[in-house]
Amino acid sequence: MSDLSKSGRSEVHEPSSQVAVFGEDQPLEVDAGTIIAPFQIAYHTYGTLNADASNAILICHALTGDHHVANQHPVTGKPGWWEQMVGPGCPIDTDRFFVISSNVIGGCLGSTGPASTNPTTGEPYGVNLPILTIRDMVRAQAMLVSKLGIDRLFSVIGGSMGGMQVLEWTHTYPDRVFSAIPIATGARHSSQNIAFHEVGRQAIMADPQWHGGNYASHNTIPRKGLAVARMTAHITYLSESALQRKFGRNLQDRDALTFGFDADFQIESYLRHQGMSFVERFDANSYLYMTRAMDYFDMAAEHDGTLAKAFMGVDTRFCVMAFTSDWLFPPEESRAVVHALNAAGARVSYVEIETDKGHDSFLLDVPEMYDAVRGFIASAARAVGLETSR
Amino acid sequence: MTAINGPSLRDISRIGHQMIADIVVPNSKVLDVGCDDGELMRLLEETKQVDARGMELLQGQVNKCVARGLAVVQGDADEDLQHYPDAAFDYAIMSQVVQATRDPAQVLEHLLRISERAILSFPNFAHWRNRLQIALKGQMPVTEKLPYSWYDTPNIHFCSIIDFLALCEKLGATTERLIVLDSNGQEVREAASRRWKNLVGEQALIVLRRNHA
Repeated sequence: MSDLSKSGRSEVHEPSSQVAVFGEDQPLEVDAGTIIAPFQIAYHTYGTLNADASNAILICHALTGDHHVANQHPVTGKPGWWEQMVGPGCPIDTDRFFVISSNVIGGCLGSTGPASTNPTTGEPYGVNLPILTIRDMVRAQAMLVSKLGIDRLFSVIGGSMGGMQVLEWTHTYPDRVFSAIPIATGARHSSQNIAFHEVGRQAIMADPQWHGGNYASHNTIPRKGLAVARMTAHITYLSESALQRKFGRNLQDRDALTFGFDADFQIESYLRHQGMSFVERFDANSYLYMTRAMDYFDMAAEHDGTLAKAFMGVDTRFCVMAFTSDWLFPPEESRAVVHALNAAGARVSYVEIETDKGHDSFLLDVPEMYDAVRGFIASAARAVGLETSR
Repeated sequence: MTAINGPSLRDISRIGHQMIADIVVPNSKVLDVGCDDGELMRLLEETKQVDARGMELLQGQVNKCVARGLAVVQGDADEDLQHYPDAAFDYAIMSQVVQATRDPAQVLEHLLRISERAILSFPNFAHWRNRLQIALKGQMPVTEKLPYSWYDTPNIHFCSIIDFLALCEKLGATTERLIVLDSNGQEVREAASRRWKNLVGEQALIVLRRNHA
C-alpha cells in the first residue's frame, strides 16, 4: 500500500476539513427504507455568511469528486477541482457569497460511507451500508445546511452527479433553494449510462482483492478492478474528437509498435495512469454506491413519468447548462429538463456550450460557462436583494 | 445607411421595440420568441417591470442573454413552443421572426394558446418598392430592408399585411391593433384603408387577442 492510499484512508475517519456529526437522535432516513445513525458529513466553507444567512451557495460534487472545491486536495496535493469557478472575484465570488461544499453521504473523503466504521460491528461498513440515492445525499446536505443556520440557499450548483443533486434539491426542498444551476446532467440516468456503470462495478467485484467488499479486513484493495472501472468511465467523460486531437494514434515513448500488449499508444498509457492514480484516492465500495445512486435517479418516476410534474409549483430560478460534445449527458437530457421546467412555468435559462471537450467540460476552462454563471448569479442576487457583484 | 433610404434596420428594431414596450402593460408576464440578444426583454424589464422569458434559436445570442441575467432558453419556435403550457403568459412577442418560421400558422396558434395576447412585427412584402421591383425587373426584391437573395434569405414565409390579417381571421384571433410604418419609419394614418397600408407600409406591428371559446 502506498503512502498516498494510507493518507486517503485517514481522510475517511479524520478528514482534514470540518465535520458535522449527527448523533443517534438525528438519523438520516434513506430511500432504502432504513436509517443511518450516527453519521457525519465532511465539508468546507469559503467566504462569510451574512447576517440574515441569505448569501449561501451550496456546491454539489460529481461521482468521484469531493468537497475540496477551492483548496488544495489533502490526498493528491492538487488544487481544488473548481478553483476557476469559486474564489475571490470568481463567478462564484467568495468575497460576496458563503460557499459550502460537502462530501456526499456514501463518499470516502470524510463523510460516512462504506469505508467508515460501522458503530455496531466496529468494522468498516463495506457493502452493508444501505444503498443510497441522490435524494439521500440531498437529505444529508439539507441537514448540514440547517446545522449551519441556513434556512434557504441562495443557490445550489453542480455538474453531472452534482447536477442531479441540484435538481433533486429543487424537487425535495423547493422552498429552500432560490436559484439552481444544474450542469451537464439529466433528470434520470440513461440506459447507456447504467450500462457503463455496470461494467465498472463488475470490474471491481470481479477483482479477487474485493473480497465481497471486505477488502479492508484483508488489508488490501481491489486495485485492478477499480482502475479498470475508472479507465472505462474516463472514456465517457471525454469525446471522440478530443481524444483524437489530444492523442491520435501517437505512440508512447517509442518509435514503433512492439507487437506486444504494452501500452504502445499514448491513449493507453494515459488511461492506465488515470486508473492507477484514481485507486490512490478513491474507495472501491464507495464507487459502487455512487454509481448505484446515479443509476437509481429518475425524477419523473414518482410523477407518472411526467417530469414537468416534478417541478410543479417550484419557484426556483434555473440556469441549465450542457455541452455539445457531452455524450454521457448529451444536451437532449438537459433540454428535456428545460422543456419540463417551461411546462411547469418555472423561470429557466438554458445555455448550451459549443465545445469538443465532452462531459468533463464543466471541470475545464470554458469561459462561456463562467460568463453564464456570473451573469445568472448576478441577476438572481439582484432579484433577491443581495448586493450585486462587480 | 443614408438618410434617403429612411431608418436603418437597426433603427427599425429600436423603433419596433419601443412601440412594443408602449403596448405592454406593466408587471405582466412576457415571452419573447426570437429574443436575439435580449434588447427588447431588457427594455421591458426596465421600463415595464415585466417578468420576461425569452427563446432564441442562436446559441451565441442565448449565452449573451444569460450572461446579462435574462431568463432565456435556446429553442426553435417551430419545435419548442409546444412545450409551454396554456395561458402561461400575458403576452407572447415575435419581433421580426414570424416570416422566418416553417409553419407560421401553427406558430401563431401556439402563441395564442400560451398567452392572452400576441404581438408580432414583420416586414410587409407588398410594399410598393417590392411590387415595383417584381413588376419592372421581374426579379425577387432585394432592398436595403430586405437585403437577402431568394436563395439565402431566412425569411421563408413572406406575406403582405393583408395576407397576415387573413390568416389571423382564419385562426379566429381578434386583431386589437394594427400599426403600420412607412419607409421613413412614420406611422401610416390609422384611418387609412388596409389596401393603402398594404401599399405604403414597410413594417407592420399587430396585436392579437385569443378568442375565448
